Amino acid sequence: MTASTKKKRRKPPLGIITRPGSSLRNKTGPWGILRPVFDWEKCTGCNTCEIICPEGCIRHLEKKQYEADFEYCKGCGMCAAACPFDAIAMEEEHR
Amino acid sequence: MRKMIEGSQAVAEAVGLCRPGVISAYPITPQTHIVEELSQMVADGEIEAEYVRVESEHSAASVCLGAVAAGSRAYSATTSQGLMLMAEVLFNIAGMRLPMVITGVNRALSAPLSIWNDQQDTLAVRDSGWLQLYAENNQEVLDMHIQAYKITEDDRVLLPVMVCMDGFVLTHTYETVDVPTQEEVDAFLPPYDPLYKLDPSDPYTMGAFAGPELYQEIRFEIQRDALASKDVVKEAARDFQAAFGRWMGDVVDAYRCEGADTVYVAMGSVIGTLKDWVDIRREKGDKIGVLKVRCFRPFPLDELRESLANAKRVVVLEKAVSVGAYGILPGEVRAALCGQPNQPSVHAAVTGLGGRDITFDTFDEMEERSQAGEMDFFAGLRQELLEAS
Repeated sequence: MTASTKKKRRKPPLGIITRPGSSLRNKTGPWGILRPVFDWEKCTGCNTCEIICPEGCIRHLEKKQYEADFEYCKGCGMCAAACPFDAIAMEEEHR
Repeated sequence: MRKMIEGSQAVAEAVGLCRPGVISAYPITPQTHIVEELSQMVADGEIEAEYVRVESEHSAASVCLGAVAAGSRAYSATTSQGLMLMAEVLFNIAGMRLPMVITGVNRALSAPLSIWNDQQDTLAVRDSGWLQLYAENNQEVLDMHIQAYKITEDDRVLLPVMVCMDGFVLTHTYETVDVPTQEEVDAFLPPYDPLYKLDPSDPYTMGAFAGPELYQEIRFEIQRDALASKDVVKEAARDFQAAFGRWMGDVVDAYRCEGADTVYVAMGSVIGTLKDWVDIRREKGDKIGVLKVRCFRPFPLDELRESLANAKRVVVLEKAVSVGAYGILPGEVRAALCGQPNQPSVHAAVTGLGGRDITFDTFDEMEERSQAGEMDFFAGLRQELLEAS
């Protein structure tokens, strides 16, 4: 922060500054009511789900093995809609 | 130096003297001469600013938002439809607590399309968090811009300021104005020293998402600082007087209100016409005065109560209307005086819409109708048109 050294300055008003990392701190997982469920019989490991996920929360573990991070997954269903092999179903989440 | 110049040129000269780093605007009548003049000054190397041409007022305001966020002094000007297009960004600039100045040239809003003066446009954005000052004449317009930068950049304020001037009535009128020197303005207005700015070596986000656990406190601080900024507006007027020897009021300014039973309250250039009319009525023995509201946001609540404490009848003239309710300033003056000792009757007169001339006859009509007890009315209506419709 570029505070002047000559005179005493006020603190910035509330909410002006957000330090980097807010996307990590702001856990969006509880927003959704659906979650992706993978059918490993149909999955070919093509990576479409990982690429399409707007939250970047599908991780490729190994060939034909993916994992969604439910701390951040909003259950938007983009992965299920984009999967060329219908290997992802959006199922209601019970908490 | 005293110069015979157009109101728009007075604004351009004042803004140039304030040394903005970034100017961005989209031309729109009757604001055009201001930004034409400024772009010429930049092109001629008279001022060291970046002039950013944009495709809309939304972009002009956005460019200025970014410029202030990056630590630069910024300026824009617009009017009417342009101000409406800017509205979304105006709320953001205030909410992000970015100090800047724009000239809100007053012009009627569509529809019907009108390029002429009233004050519906700037009054429509009165809740944006911008402070609003209304100028009576071109000298005040010039002085107000210099004061506006001083106010907005004050640590106690950090809210943007809109200097409102009547389109054509002021922008296109030639008057003699005293233009200060660069040295005088530099001594009054130090370079902008931002409290916070975007810096790649110390990254952060401005105006980010705030959830229900935080939003209300942020808005509370905006309201608290906006109310407290009244002291800074007054201080700027006093300091300006000490430096330049001119005084045109701080938040309100009374004219011939001593012993007045009736006080007319208004904003902007119509104050000049009202003063002349009051002089005539005073000669006839009528105890009438004029109260100029110079600073509309923050609202001069205590000052209005004090100035109108002895009035029996208050007539608030407004070149706008809150459609479906009543005049905006009249409603606020009523609320301010409600429950005060010896509460006067407050009459709301809407007039001068879309450039309709406001003459002595208009004031005489207001006087007659408010005396007769009419509370809310349009003055200067062409009855023959209404009867024919």
